[in-house]
Amino acid sequence: MEELNRLTAHELIESLSRKEITSEEVISRLNQRIKDTDARVKAYVRFDSSNNPAEQQSGAAALPLKGLPISLKDNICTDSLNTECCSMILGGFRPPYDATVVKKLKAAGALILGAKTNMDEFAFGSSTENSCFGPTHNPWDLECVPGGSSGGSAAAVAGDEAIWALGSDTGGSIRQPAAFCGVVGLKPTYGRVSRYGLIAFASSLDQIGPITKDTRDSALLLNVIAGFDPRDSTSVNEKVPDYTQALLNDIKGIKIGIPKEYFIEGTDSEVKTIIKEALEKLKSLGADCQEVSLPHTEYAVPVYYIIATAEASSNLARFDGVQYAYRSSSRASLIDMYKETRGEGFGEEAKRRIILGTFVLSHGYYDAYYLRAQKVRTLIKQDFERAFNQLDCIVTPTTPTAAFKIGEKIKDPLKMYLSDIFTISVNLAGIPAISIPCGFTKKGLPVGLQILARPFAEEMLFRVAHTYEQNTGWHKMNPRLK
Amino acid sequence: MKAKKDYEAVIGLEVHVHLKTKTKAFCGCSTEFGQEPNSQACPVCLGFPGSLPVLNETALDYAIKVGLALNCQVQEYTKFDRKNYFYPDLPKNYQISQYDLPIAKEGFLDIEAGGKNKRIAIRRVHLEEDAGKLIHKEEISLVDFNRAGIPLLEIVSDPEINSPEEAYEYLTVLKSIIEYLGVSDCDMEKGSLRCDANISLKQKGAKELGVKAELKNMNSFKAVKDALAFEIGRQGGLLDDGKAIIQETRLWDAKLQETVSMRSKEEAQDYRYFPEPDLVPFIISREKKEEIRKSIPELPAQKLLRFTKEFGLSEYDAKILVSSKQDAEYVERLMRAYPREDKKPLVNWLIGPVTALASASNLIISELKIPGGIDELIDLIINTEDGKISNLTAKSVFAESVSTANLASNIIREKNLFQISDASALESEVDAVIKENPQSVQAYQAGKSNAIMFLVGQVMKKTGGKANPKVVQEILKRRLQ
Repeated sequence: MEELNRLTAHELIESLSRKEITSEEVISRLNQRIKDTDARVKAYVRFDSSNNPAEQQSGAAALPLKGLPISLKDNICTDSLNTECCSMILGGFRPPYDATVVKKLKAAGALILGAKTNMDEFAFGSSTENSCFGPTHNPWDLECVPGGSSGGSAAAVAGDEAIWALGSDTGGSIRQPAAFCGVVGLKPTYGRVSRYGLIAFASSLDQIGPITKDTRDSALLLNVIAGFDPRDSTSVNEKVPDYTQALLNDIKGIKIGIPKEYFIEGTDSEVKTIIKEALEKLKSLGADCQEVSLPHTEYAVPVYYIIATAEASSNLARFDGVQYAYRSSSRASLIDMYKETRGEGFGEEAKRRIILGTFVLSHGYYDAYYLRAQKVRTLIKQDFERAFNQLDCIVTPTTPTAAFKIGEKIKDPLKMYLSDIFTISVNLAGIPAISIPCGFTKKGLPVGLQILARPFAEEMLFRVAHTYEQNTGWHKMNPRLK
Repeated sequence: MKAKKDYEAVIGLEVHVHLKTKTKAFCGCSTEFGQEPNSQACPVCLGFPGSLPVLNETALDYAIKVGLALNCQVQEYTKFDRKNYFYPDLPKNYQISQYDLPIAKEGFLDIEAGGKNKRIAIRRVHLEEDAGKLIHKEEISLVDFNRAGIPLLEIVSDPEINSPEEAYEYLTVLKSIIEYLGVSDCDMEKGSLRCDANISLKQKGAKELGVKAELKNMNSFKAVKDALAFEIGRQGGLLDDGKAIIQETRLWDAKLQETVSMRSKEEAQDYRYFPEPDLVPFIISREKKEEIRKSIPELPAQKLLRFTKEFGLSEYDAKILVSSKQDAEYVERLMRAYPREDKKPLVNWLIGPVTALASASNLIISELKIPGGIDELIDLIINTEDGKISNLTAKSVFAESVSTANLASNIIREKNLFQISDASALESEVDAVIKENPQSVQAYQAGKSNAIMFLVGQVMKKTGGKANPKVVQEILKRRLQ
């Protein structure tokens, strides 16, 4: 009973189906845990214990996630529940509709936690420090960041304050915090999961994905949220397999590429060592590891910051004080209302990206920046296409370092941007990738292993991740958060 | 204002038409006009965070149809772009529009102006979403988003129009084609057709173009014509005086009958167009294009040609009768039902009394309710042609029939209006008139042949207009010989 919150979703599903426990017990234990620890971790925003997900319980018995609570990032719309992207400008915003993933979760019997998880404002950041609610703390070391932008979701799962959670990943926002917090984070193929109801950061890069305690939970959750959505033109009408069927403990003969461009200077030597050990492990399990080149990797970060900010500048234009949420009290003129509302409502990083994005789209600069970036994006995509002609997957470190200290990089945006150097290419190419725990630094901080596959080959990710997991056990480590 | 020197106007027109789809361009909201403000809006057309657009394929089909009807190249690959600007009637603060790959481009439209045929090139036809509508009250402004997201087709001509009359003609022909296609109401009053104009002047024969002004806020084709005429005078006057024209946007003030400066180019917006990442590019297959091409009905120009050939109509008459598709179809039905080879009497009736009566009630001719329908109308015309009733009587019977909803044939029977053409039945009235008007009789016999008309008139009066004037005249001539 005490430990219900520590269990994985698949373990809970089993116990629930055997009627050994009840959904109410799970929720009450989870609420207790949040009460005990979230004052220190701050994974949740707007926590309100009066919001009882148990009240959402529905009748039908055979639902796959019946009675199981899930935590959502603050940028995933929920009908009548605040969804604010941790931004002042969306203060008080209650969407009149559920995101498609939320509809699917509810239809599967899952219970939506009323409190949302903390994030960098509009998902702009890699540390969850850019939240109008203040930073989240890494359960492995409260002085460290949990990564970002889905830092709240990752910290909640790592700290057993959530059974599992959804995050969103535009340039690494699921995988990087999963790596920093020692949990499993999946960025599905672009178009695999509907974006309807995900408050957009960069529409051509955003994907919703699971943050879980192990690979099986990741597969289970993807089973529920994946699929074509007629409300999202960019979702792809591709069959959704039962991903749990891919959880084989066998990678014999699987061809794994090790991109030489991902073992560069600037990568922490401890991380390098841990990743090399993980690669040895994969080899010993029968994988055929070989070096591969992804020659355009070095351009990924600049290309990303042009495309992502360009799209963001346009996506965020709607927050103007006219229809909903925050409006400045300034009434001098329409233009003043716009300026004051946006000036007061957006945080510093949001403003920086809006300005950058506006600049790269401006008349006279478009060709040099946006258009060129799109061309290089194609080259990056082709790098992967070529590599996957011969490979089943690619393995890299998820991040160049383990979690850094709160405040360490916040004043240096360029340094912060580089913490996504290994995750960004995946979004530009639209391919799927997963980050799984693969060891700890001497200071006891988790390190993540990233596995990449060709579009819609999530099954390959699950197979390799699951095999590694079953033969190591890093995912079973828990932070000593009392 | 009239310029002293001889300038040539260079005009390009930008026409926006609402496509008559049931639902909006990117969501399922109704497009019905005149509903309660904000009753036809949803998270998508309100631009709520997290919402995504999905293209209404019918809007795309309609756009392709217009492109084909305007002789354009319909693109195989088309995509949408975002046009970024802040305005309270634009919920996302960007408009989903098309920038470098419009659905159709490089077409043309044939017009006739000043007795000459002219081909005007169409630069592009693209699809976009309409904005909402601002309603300004004294202290506050309100936004109605019912219109936001309605599919809008923008049709841009090349600057090849050289006079306000040509512009008027271009708009008339364009409107008629779009109406024929059935893809828009083209109702300027409801805002389902809007037109902006670019105009500059150059020395006659010069190659170099002048500085242009963009004219907005014209609420009718006549307003477009008037605004252009005004602008030619204004710009001509400035050029006469050696003054520079400023590139600017000017609004037509219908009350003042002049254009007023709105904003100059220095304040022009940078729309920061970029491909709309929420929509995938569209491939328009050859099959789809052909399927849509087959669905295009006979267009006004072809119909006009056929009417002149098949029914022997003059080009002038045919042009009037085909301008609306509904009328053209009505006219064709009448032509086919009319039993005689010579259709001229029918045409005269349609262009004359039928049109007059319809326009008096603000209707087009096919909308005029004729008791008994086209059969009654045809019977009335045949009876007139056969001299059974007089032309004058027929017209008044027709008017009465329409206003009282009584059949024309009933009215004629009830009032016994058949024309008297039987000479024996008219002899006594003729005798009486000769007796009563000796002066006129004398005058006629003295050689004033006109005097007979007075006598005919008197006989008509006595018979209550029923006498056949031709027969009366013959009797009189005989008797007074």
